[in-house]
Amino acid sequence: MVAGESTQPPQLSARRRRAGRRSAVRSWRLRDQVVWLLAWLAGTMLCLVAGSIVVFLAIKGIAYLRPSLLVRSPSPSANQSGSGGFLDPLIGTLTMAAIGTVVATPLAVATALWIVEYGRPRRLAGLVETAVEIVAATPDIVLAIFGLALFQFGIFAPLSFRASSGGVYGRSFLAAGLMMSLIALPLTYAATRNALRAAPSQLREASYALGKTRVATIRRVLLPKVRSDIATGATLGLGRIIGSTAIVVLLLGASLQNSPQGGVPLLGFLRGTGSTLTSYIFENSPSGEGNAPQKAYAAAFVLILIVLILNAAVARIARVGSGAAATAGRLSL
Amino acid sequence: MSINPLIIEPPMMIAPGALRAVEQQPAGPERMRLHDVSVFYDDVAAVRGASLSIRQGEVLALIGPSGCGKTTLLRTLNRLTELTPGATHSGHITLDGDDIDRLEDTKLRARVSMVFQQPNPFPMSVFDNVAFALREQARRRPRRRELEPLVIGALERAGLYGEIRTALDRPALRLSGGQQQRLCIARAIATDPEILLMDEPCSALDPRSTAVIEELIRSLRDELAIVIVTHNLQQARRIADRVAFMYLGDVVEEGSAEEIFAAPAQERTREYVAGAFG
Amino acid sequence: MRSRRSDDRAERLLGTVACLTFVGIVLMVVFVTQRAAPTFSHEGLSWLGAGGDVDAQIGAMANGAASIHVRVWPLIYGSLLTSGLAVLLALAISLLTAIFIVDLAPRRLRGLMLPVIRLLASVPSVIYGLIGILVLVPFVGNDLITAGQKESVINVIQLTGAGLLVSVAILTVMVTPIITALTIEALAAVPRSWHEGAVALGLNPVRATIAVSLRAIRPAIVAATALAAARALGEAIAVDMVSGGKAFSPNLADGVIFVYEPLRTMASTIIDQGENLSVPAVRSTVYALALLLMFSGLVLSVASRLIRRSLRKYELSS
Repeated sequence: MVAGESTQPPQLSARRRRAGRRSAVRSWRLRDQVVWLLAWLAGTMLCLVAGSIVVFLAIKGIAYLRPSLLVRSPSPSANQSGSGGFLDPLIGTLTMAAIGTVVATPLAVATALWIVEYGRPRRLAGLVETAVEIVAATPDIVLAIFGLALFQFGIFAPLSFRASSGGVYGRSFLAAGLMMSLIALPLTYAATRNALRAAPSQLREASYALGKTRVATIRRVLLPKVRSDIATGATLGLGRIIGSTAIVVLLLGASLQNSPQGGVPLLGFLRGTGSTLTSYIFENSPSGEGNAPQKAYAAAFVLILIVLILNAAVARIARVGSGAAATAGRLSL
Repeated sequence: MSINPLIIEPPMMIAPGALRAVEQQPAGPERMRLHDVSVFYDDVAAVRGASLSIRQGEVLALIGPSGCGKTTLLRTLNRLTELTPGATHSGHITLDGDDIDRLEDTKLRARVSMVFQQPNPFPMSVFDNVAFALREQARRRPRRRELEPLVIGALERAGLYGEIRTALDRPALRLSGGQQQRLCIARAIATDPEILLMDEPCSALDPRSTAVIEELIRSLRDELAIVIVTHNLQQARRIADRVAFMYLGDVVEEGSAEEIFAAPAQERTREYVAGAFG
Repeated sequence: MRSRRSDDRAERLLGTVACLTFVGIVLMVVFVTQRAAPTFSHEGLSWLGAGGDVDAQIGAMANGAASIHVRVWPLIYGSLLTSGLAVLLALAISLLTAIFIVDLAPRRLRGLMLPVIRLLASVPSVIYGLIGILVLVPFVGNDLITAGQKESVINVIQLTGAGLLVSVAILTVMVTPIITALTIEALAAVPRSWHEGAVALGLNPVRATIAVSLRAIRPAIVAATALAAARALGEAIAVDMVSGGKAFSPNLADGVIFVYEPLRTMASTIIDQGENLSVPAVRSTVYALALLLMFSGLVLSVASRLIRRSLRKYELSS
């Protein structure tokens, strides 16, 4: 290569040359080449792992899932792989989801409203926010234990299972449901709070200028605006509730069947113990009592389907609302 | 075209007599040459058939209205256009005779440095900013003792050392806009590049900082070849040795600053220089 | 603003509801501390130490032993080992994945990555445990561990495949999405001009991302790591299913077998002892473990805050 002044321009090419899109990796330093390779491996492996989990569960699930499983109760029998279904756990999951969401959502929205729109005294608001953060960061098992301690305390006894000998175990649908609401709370709260904060102040000012009270403003202006964000947060919380196992095992008794307590129909059911899909999977795996992996796979397939549907729902709702709620969802994984 | 208030009041660092066209310097050796260069973004031509010569000791100003392709042309010189997907080009650009497409892009950019319109110092200390490229290029981790003279030298050439000599370890983001831009210049020249590309370096700065940087460009001119894109005709008048006027992707006219501003050959050049459009 | 009375009422109502959460937390902490007190008062801090077989000790208490006697260090060690390794692996994988998404992935693949991460994050832990115990454990136990290796330790422990390796593998998969998602989110807020400036100085794109962008988001990475660590420490179900169910302390001196050795973590112990909670001795130990877990979460949070503060020195208006 001759350096220095060039007097003759090289052959002009009328052909368009593609500008090298990526820096030629071969020319990089060794350590950067290693990073390049590892980064590619990491990215593709992540995709492969996710894909294989879904495919594997689908294969096993379709192999073992029969419609009868969905509508029959678990029945104790010697031939575990042939008998019974998971109707009870299914009902259990739905009940958990219902109680948890119904309790958590108003609580979360009220808290978010108070923090953003009022928030006095400052110290108290700080304490409440810290409390919610602590709950968000606490693992399920710790919350389950804490809940157990709470519900075994005398006052709450009517809510839970009472053994024939009179000992209060502190386990029931109500107890578990209330704890479930606790794990859904931070997600709904964060989504609502972010959405409220993102709402432009002109919205409120315009309403006040028209002479509306703060309450009316909240009811008529703000809440409708953040509706879809609340829905996003609630759905995220729902996802977390449905996937939680530890709370169920400790606070629901994790028997295979639902056992109502006392005579009153609905109340008895709620005060009784039972199972959900998650605890059902746990119990039917080699770790639990049942040792019927086929049923576990079938239930796992149903569970992952529910989760995927919820994910899609979140994506759908979040698109309608502001981005604030979606951010909250990602942060509170 | 705005009247620069510095023409009225004496600025701090501009030497008297700098208001007329820049003194003719004997141009140094040719450093880069563009041969019929065209740049396409997804088949739309941003630059068409540009042929230019860039010499050491010269400031080449690319002028023209918005969208005429001057920034694209500038970014082609250090292959920064490659970062945009869908960008292709034809023609050759040579650096000291070597086709830049054949060089390693990382090595090319160490020899052809760039300063951007918005100052973009890294979120590190002043010292770390200037030493950044030096550290990355070194084989093994250089000691601070080894880097110091180079860093201080670059800061001095950028005219910044006097102001921050005691604050080398302070965050770079705390500097003022003008100081940040001079820091970016120091960072760019720390590796002793042969060419310095500047993309409207003063457009985000106040007039005083602009004056300082223009003086800086004048002083750097001896060691480097400088290509500057500017939409400020007065600035081009003040600091350019050669000027290339571009319009809608074509290099309409190119020549010495005196020729272009006093007696342009092309009609369109004349109109632009006179302020008929901007 | 009109009619302040309804506002005041609403404020009081909302405020009371908001404080319910806070009050609930306080109540729970009080109750648990009270339940855990016997262990602490009885054993003091030596409770945290090592000494004897934890399984046997807990078993003795469950069967009605008179007093509380337990040394839970093997459990703490198990938690630290699995969570520590998992978080380190997850951190490496997450940062590499972030580099991949930002600099290397072709456009179509890039759009796939975020749904993939979200998917991995939302799989319930019991399903991870199920796959672990039905697929990974048999694979490790039958195909990876040799008969010779099993023989060599048969007097002390059984190598079934359930142990450190599978536990760390599962925890890593569970925890990676957390760090990855938060890192990508933080990267999106970094001005692209920094990366461009670094490339213009002669760095290749990957190097530019590492030296500038990743460096700029170090506080976010620290926060994400702390979150991930808390999650890993608290994971009970999945670990319980694949960790081998024996409170053994995996020993590095055992060579390769180290990764196959079974263990037990604090969280998995709590789940395991779920049925024995009516026994006061066991109950107070379990509650004490729960307090320990919660305390470690707080420690992580505080440490993360301190580290982040020291890292923020050079950012200002970033």
